Amino acid sequence: MSRVSLPSASLLPAAVCCLGLLLGACGHRETGVERGIREQVLHRGLGSDVAELDPHLITGLAEINVVSALFEGLVAEDPRDLHPVPGVAERWDVSPDNRVYTFHLRPTARWSNNAQVTASDFVASFRRVLTRGLAADYATLLYVVANAEAYHKGRLTDFAQVGFAAPDERTLRITLTNPVPYFLSLLTHPAWFPVYPPALEGAGPPDRRGSRWTRPETIVGNGPFVLKEWRPNQVLIVSKSPTYWDAAAVRLQAIHFHPIDSVDTEERAFRAGQLHLTEALPVGKVDSYRRHEPTVLRIEPFLGTYFYRLNVTQPFLNDKKVRRALLLAIDRQVIVEKITRGGQQPATSFVPPAFAGYAPPGDARRDVAAARQLLAEAGYPGGQGLPAFDILFNTSENHRLIAEAVQEMWRRELGVKIRLVNMEQKTVLETRRALDYQILRSVWSADYLDPTSFLGVFASDSGNNHTGWADARYDALLQEAALTADPAARADLLRRAESMLLDEAPLIPIYYYTTVRLVHPSVQGWYPTPLDHHPYKHIWLEN
Amino acid sequence: MFRFLVRRLLQTVPVLFVILTATFFMVRFVPGGPFTAEKSVAPEIQRNLEAYYGLNQPLWRQYLDYLGRLAHGDLGPSFKYTNRTVNEIIADKLPVSLELGAEALVIALALGLTAGIVAALRRNTWIDYAASSLAMTGICVPTFVMGPLLVLLFAIQLGWLNASGWYAWPDRLLPALTLGFVYAAYIARLTRGGMLEVLHQDFIRTARAKGASEIRIVFHHALRGALLPVVSFLGPAIAGILTGSFVIETIFQIPGLGREFVNSAFNRDYTLVLGTVILYATLLIALNLAVDIVLVWLNPRLKFE
Amino acid sequence: MTPPPSAPSIPPTFSVVAETEAGHSPWSDAWHRLGRNRLAVAGGCLLLVLAVACIVGPWFSAYSYEDQNLDLGAAPPGAQHWLGTDTLGRDLLVRILYGGRISLGVGLCATMVALSLGVTYGAIAGFFGGKTDMFLMRVVDIMYALPFTIFVILLMVFFGRNIVLLFLAIGAVEWLTMARIVRGQVMALKKMEFIEAAQVLGFGRRRIIFRHMIPNVLGPIIVYATLTIPAVMLLEAFLSFLGLGVQPPMSSWGTLIKDGAEKMEEFPWLILYPGAIFSLTLFSLNFVGDGLRDALDVRAAKD
Repeated sequence: MSRVSLPSASLLPAAVCCLGLLLGACGHRETGVERGIREQVLHRGLGSDVAELDPHLITGLAEINVVSALFEGLVAEDPRDLHPVPGVAERWDVSPDNRVYTFHLRPTARWSNNAQVTASDFVASFRRVLTRGLAADYATLLYVVANAEAYHKGRLTDFAQVGFAAPDERTLRITLTNPVPYFLSLLTHPAWFPVYPPALEGAGPPDRRGSRWTRPETIVGNGPFVLKEWRPNQVLIVSKSPTYWDAAAVRLQAIHFHPIDSVDTEERAFRAGQLHLTEALPVGKVDSYRRHEPTVLRIEPFLGTYFYRLNVTQPFLNDKKVRRALLLAIDRQVIVEKITRGGQQPATSFVPPAFAGYAPPGDARRDVAAARQLLAEAGYPGGQGLPAFDILFNTSENHRLIAEAVQEMWRRELGVKIRLVNMEQKTVLETRRALDYQILRSVWSADYLDPTSFLGVFASDSGNNHTGWADARYDALLQEAALTADPAARADLLRRAESMLLDEAPLIPIYYYTTVRLVHPSVQGWYPTPLDHHPYKHIWLEN
Repeated sequence: MFRFLVRRLLQTVPVLFVILTATFFMVRFVPGGPFTAEKSVAPEIQRNLEAYYGLNQPLWRQYLDYLGRLAHGDLGPSFKYTNRTVNEIIADKLPVSLELGAEALVIALALGLTAGIVAALRRNTWIDYAASSLAMTGICVPTFVMGPLLVLLFAIQLGWLNASGWYAWPDRLLPALTLGFVYAAYIARLTRGGMLEVLHQDFIRTARAKGASEIRIVFHHALRGALLPVVSFLGPAIAGILTGSFVIETIFQIPGLGREFVNSAFNRDYTLVLGTVILYATLLIALNLAVDIVLVWLNPRLKFE
Repeated sequence: MTPPPSAPSIPPTFSVVAETEAGHSPWSDAWHRLGRNRLAVAGGCLLLVLAVACIVGPWFSAYSYEDQNLDLGAAPPGAQHWLGTDTLGRDLLVRILYGGRISLGVGLCATMVALSLGVTYGAIAGFFGGKTDMFLMRVVDIMYALPFTIFVILLMVFFGRNIVLLFLAIGAVEWLTMARIVRGQVMALKKMEFIEAAQVLGFGRRRIIFRHMIPNVLGPIIVYATLTIPAVMLLEAFLSFLGLGVQPPMSSWGTLIKDGAEKMEEFPWLILYPGAIFSLTLFSLNFVGDGLRDALDVRAAKD
C-alpha cells in the first residue's frame, strides 16, 4: 500500500484536474474488467466479507463461493444443473439396497503441494467434522452415515464403527443408515470436502477452531485454484492450481473476489468497470437495467422462499382459521410485480417448484372470499374482535416495503390491523428463539437438492421450526418418506406432508427467490443454477 | 504541567477500567449471541461452541479471564472471523483508517479554518455568504449522498477514478474529500462564530487602534480565542475521524476499522466490540488530554490544574 | 481590510453594569435587534411556515402517509401528486409533511435536551474547575466511549420501544460535545475581569454562572446547536434502523433521505425534495441562529 499525505486541500482540486488531463491525454484508461479479459482474471463481487475458509467451518454463501474454488469433494457439480459429476472420485458403485457407496478415487487427484489425495485423507476429514470440539455447524449433514450421529453426540467413541472405510488409498466406502436418494448431491456441500491433515497439524491441533491453516502461506487445497492473497474487507485472490487433476480444462488464470457488502457500492463498481460479476443488484435499479442494458442483467431462480412465520402459541393465531385467512388474503402477484421486481415468482407452496420429481401442492393462493369467510367462521367477521398483530422483521428496505404492502392488504381485505416492528437482525432472531413474536418475516434456502431440505424445517424436532407448531402426522409422513425407496411414492408422501403444512398454515409463503445480478458479457460458461453455485473450472472470459 | 500530566495519566486507568467493565457487561446483556443465525445451529453444536469460547463459564469468571488476557495485551479471538485475533484485525485495519482520517483531517482543517476566518472577517459580504453556504452544504448533504454523487461524477461519468477500493493513491481522493468536507463544515461554522465573538473584544480593538495589520490581528490576537470552541470540538472529532467511518468505508469499500465498530456490535462479536471500544477510548482520552493542554496554551491566563 | 469601528470601547464590566441599569432589559433589547435582522426574520418566518405546514398540511391533503397505490408505483411530480410518489405509490408531499412533524419535533426537542444538559454540565465543570472538573469530564470521556449501538439495543430491551427513549438515546450522545465546548469557553471566561469583578462583588455562584457566564458563551452554543439539529435528525434515521424512532409506514426526514439516497439515480425526486426541505430548514435555522447570536452579543450591539 502506498501512503500519501496530501500537502494541502487547495491542491486537491488541482490534483484531480491534472490527473484527469493526464489520463485524458493517454486516451482511454484500461479498466480492471478489460484487463481481466486480456489476462483471464475474473473479478467477482461477493455480498459479504469472507469470515473463514475452512470448508468444515464455513456457513455463508460468500464463503462457499470461494471455498468451491479451493477444494473439491468426491463428486463435483455440473455447471448447468448441478447434478453430481465425477470429482475426486472418478467413479462409484452403489449397493443394491442403496446404502453402501464405494468411491474410486482418481490417481491423478493431487493436493496443491503435489501430494496424492487419498481415501484416508477423506476419512480423517470426516472424522474432523464429527469431532465435538470443532463444533462444525454442518456436522449434522453427515448424520446420514451409519453411526455418525452417535459419534458426534458422544454416545459412541470408536470412530471405526462409523460408516466410513478406506480399504485402500484409492477406495472409500461410505455406509448409510437409510437409503438417501439425494446422497450424491449432498456430497457437494463443503462439509464433505477433504482437508489435508499435515497442513492442519502444522498450524496447531487439527480439530480445534481458530486454527490459521487457511492463511495463504499454509493452506493446502485440492481444487482448481489456490489461495494467493486474503486481505479482509478488501480482496481475496486465488490463482489457477497447476496440480489440479483437470488443470488443462481450467481457463481462468485467477479470480479476484471483492467482498463488497453494500449492493449500491457493488453496482457502481460494476459500472466503473471493476467487476465482471456482481452478487446482487439494488431493487430500484432492476427496471432501469431491464430497459437500458438487458444484456448484463441476469435473473435466475434460486432455491429459497420468502415467507412469514406465524407463532401458533399466541392467542388468536392459535386458531387455524385465522392463520388460513391471513394466508389466503395476500396478493402475491402484486408483491413480486410491484415491489420485489426481480422476476421472483409468487410462492403458492413452501417448497419452490425446482426439485426434479417433486411438484409442490401449490395451495397457498389468493382467495379473498374464502379468507373473509374463514375469519367470520372463527368469530371475527371483518376483523372485529381481533387485536392488532405485529409483523416483525429485521431492518431492510425490501422487508419494510413488503410488510407495508401486506399490512395494507390485510387491513383492506380482512379488516385486520397490523403494526410493523423492525429491529436489527440478532434481536429479531433472539425474539424468534423465545417465541416472543406474532408474525415474523423469514427466509429459507436449500442446503441440498431435495425437498426435505425445506420440509424438514417444520418437523417437530427441527431446530429451525420456531413457530410452536408441531404435528405428529406431519412428522410421520416425513419419516415414512425417508424410508421409502421408490421416488414417485416418496414424492407423493412429501407432497401430502406439504399440503398438510399449508392447510395448518404455521407459515405464509410469499415468494420464491431469484438471484438478480449483473454479468459482464465477456463472462462465458455461467449458467443459471438453483443453488447459485457456479463451478469456476467451466468459466472463462471472452469478448 | 508535569504534575498535571501525571495526574491525568493516572486518571486514565480507572476511566478505561470503567469503560471496559461497562462494555463487557453491556454486550452480554444484549439479545442474541455470536452464534445466533438465520439457520439455527443445532443445540449440541451450540453447546460445543460455547464450551470452546468459554461462554459456558459464569460471567464473572469470563470477565476475570478477559482481564487476565488483556493484562498481557491479548484482546482475544474474534467470534466472527474465526481464525483471526482481535489484535490482528486492529493491526490490519487501523493503519487504513488512520491514513484516511489524517488525509480527511488535513482537508477539514485547511478548508474549514480558511472558510471560517474569511467569513468572519468579511462578515455579511458575499464572501461570507459564499463561505457559509459552502459550509452549510457540507452540513445539509449527508455523506451517504455526497459520496455516491462524487463517485457518479468522477468514477462513472468521467471515468477518472475507481468507484471503490483501496489500492493506489487516487483511491484516497474521493473518500478523503467526502469525509473531510463534513468536518470542514463544522470547523468553518465554529471558527466563524468564535472569530466574531473575539473580534469585538477590547484587546482586538486596542490592537486595531494601535494600527496592527489585519493579518497580525487575526493570527496573533484573534485566532487564539476564536479557536477555543473548535479545539474543544476537535478532541472527540479527531478520535472519531481516525478510527474510521462506517458510512465512508461502506460506500468506498475501504478495509478500515470504522465498519468493525458497527458490525462487531451487530455480529455480537464480543471480543471485537471490546477491542474497538478500548482502542477508541484510549485515543479519545489522549486527545481530550491534548485538547486540555492546547486550551491552556491558547489562553495564557489559564493554568494547569 | 475594513477600518476598525470607531465606536468607543465598552468597559469590560459592562454586563455586570447592565443588570443594574434600570429600564429596558437586555433581553428585550436583544429581541428588538433580532427583529431588525432581515435574514433572521426571513428564516424564522420560513421555519414557522414549515412547522405550520407540517402540522396542518396533511389535513388538507387527499392522501395519507400510508395510502398506497401499487399500480402507480414511483411517479414523478405531477398534477395529482405535486412532489411525486414513492415506490409504493404514496404521496411524497404528505410523507414529507408527516415526516416533518417527527423530524422537527425530534430535532428541536432532542437538541434542547442536549443543549440544557450540555450547557449546564459544561458550565459547572468549567466554572468550578479542579477536582469537580476532573470528575465531570472523566464521566464525559466514559460516556463518549461506550458503544452506542449496544447502548440503544439495551435501552429497548429494558424499557420497550418508547418515544421517551428516543430522546434519551439521542440526548445521551449529543450533549457530550456541547459540554466540552461550553466548559472550554467558561474556563477562559472565568479569568476575564468582569467575572472576577462579579465574584468580588459577592454574587452567588449560581447567579454568576447563569447570569454572567452562559450569556457570554451563547455564541458558540448557538452555533453548535444549529450543527446539532441536523445531526440529530440523521441520527434518528439510524435509531429507526435499530427499531427505535419512527416505525413504518410513518416517515421522518431522516428515513426519507436515507431511502431516497439509494434511489437517487432512478427516482431523483425521492431524494431531491426531502433533501431540499431538510436543507431549507437548516439554512433557516442557521440564519435565525446567527441573528440570535448577533442580537445577544451585547458588545457587538453597541458598535
